[in-house]
Amino acid sequence: MITKRIIPCLDVRDGRVVKGVNFAHLADVNSPVELAEYYTASGADELVFYDITASAEGRALFTDILCETAKRVFIPLTVGGGINTVDDFDRVLKCGADKVSVNSGALQNPALIEQAARRYGNQCVVLSVDVKRVGGELRVFARGGRDDTGREAVGWIRDCVARGAGEVVLNSIDTDGVKDGFDLEMLRAVSEAVDVPVIASGGAGKADDFVTLFKTLPRVDAGLAASIFHFGEVKIPQLKAHLRANGINVRI
Amino acid sequence: MIAIVDYGVGNLFSLHSSLAAIGAESIVTGDAAAISKADAVILPGVGAFEDAAAKLRETGLAAAVRGVAASGKPLLGICLGMQLLFEKSYEFGEHEGLGLLPGSVVPMAGVIPAELKIPHIGWNALHLTPAGKNSPLFANVHGGEYVYFVHSYYATGCGDALLAVTDYGADLTAAVGQGNVLGCQFHPEKSGTVGLGILRAFCAMGGRV
Repeated sequence: MITKRIIPCLDVRDGRVVKGVNFAHLADVNSPVELAEYYTASGADELVFYDITASAEGRALFTDILCETAKRVFIPLTVGGGINTVDDFDRVLKCGADKVSVNSGALQNPALIEQAARRYGNQCVVLSVDVKRVGGELRVFARGGRDDTGREAVGWIRDCVARGAGEVVLNSIDTDGVKDGFDLEMLRAVSEAVDVPVIASGGAGKADDFVTLFKTLPRVDAGLAASIFHFGEVKIPQLKAHLRANGINVRI
Repeated sequence: MIAIVDYGVGNLFSLHSSLAAIGAESIVTGDAAAISKADAVILPGVGAFEDAAAKLRETGLAAAVRGVAASGKPLLGICLGMQLLFEKSYEFGEHEGLGLLPGSVVPMAGVIPAELKIPHIGWNALHLTPAGKNSPLFANVHGGEYVYFVHSYYATGCGDALLAVTDYGADLTAAVGQGNVLGCQFHPEKSGTVGLGILRAFCAMGGRV
């Protein structure tokens, strides 16, 4: 049977992984290429590369690093950050990305999802959405969680899936960085509303948080995290052994 | 030399890189002569069956691929590339494939339990049939290994050509083969070391690596 996926996320700026990495045994802890190889060897099921570079020059550097990584990593690679047009899809897919995640670009122009899905297939288009509670409502935020778009989240996600998004990464701004577990309430609302894979993001602090996630919400397909993996607070081989010991099907 | 057939469908970068990683020289080509000269040929593909089958015919590469199958040299279809090897597909209508393997391609909707999502995306285990256990394609695989799938349709009625299935609420065809004509529904180029082992075994069939 299909396994639950564990996905480390690498934020890349100026060709380096940022957000803090702390692996004593890696020669260059901030090299996306080395880190990607390390995660692949430790059993990551997929990698997400996030381009947090602002300038066009940085974008070209990101593309080079992405190509270099894709040449050496043979598990699925999702790329996000600054994807606003079908040309942006083309640029990263040519470098070896398998899926492309859209967030602000889709908020500005929802037709981007349809255009990309028609050209590359639904499986290629990942909707990433930053959600925060505002007055009891789940609200979509733009620009890295800075701007309240006023849109209700579940309706927006349903709309994007209808347009052809093949997967949803749900980032809870409320639980992000709190390390006290995933946002189960928010994830339940979204995973019950759509029929495509849902990836939980924001809030993981320990291995048990992933056990709780998959036990409570069997419709959630994957758990994504960054710093807890980068700092070695949670190590993927131990995490997967712990999940399996708790009856959750994972690839070991 | 391994030829990766380029007929304008899908991203061939990963496949080329994964062959390089196991030390196999490959070219991505849409040239029928280069395909005929190769030691082994890979037919990739993502997207819709009808479009892909049409492109393969329009480019004249369908004939080149049939020529490879007839020559006895190893031919491996991957994902949609595998589906194209069959007689027919029922993806949005009824479409003719290359007819190199027995069977047809049908939707998994209605076959798998309704609560399971479509497409079938992610890592799932390979279960080899007796024919699969004897296939040189799986020389480096024992069964039970996880490989990466992304698909909504699957091949059925493959008879003795069935080499492996995967369990997604029903047994779905994961790999097929008859003589030198082989296919994987999963993506070996995205299946980590297990996938590279399968590609290595395929290249060995062509006397490369």
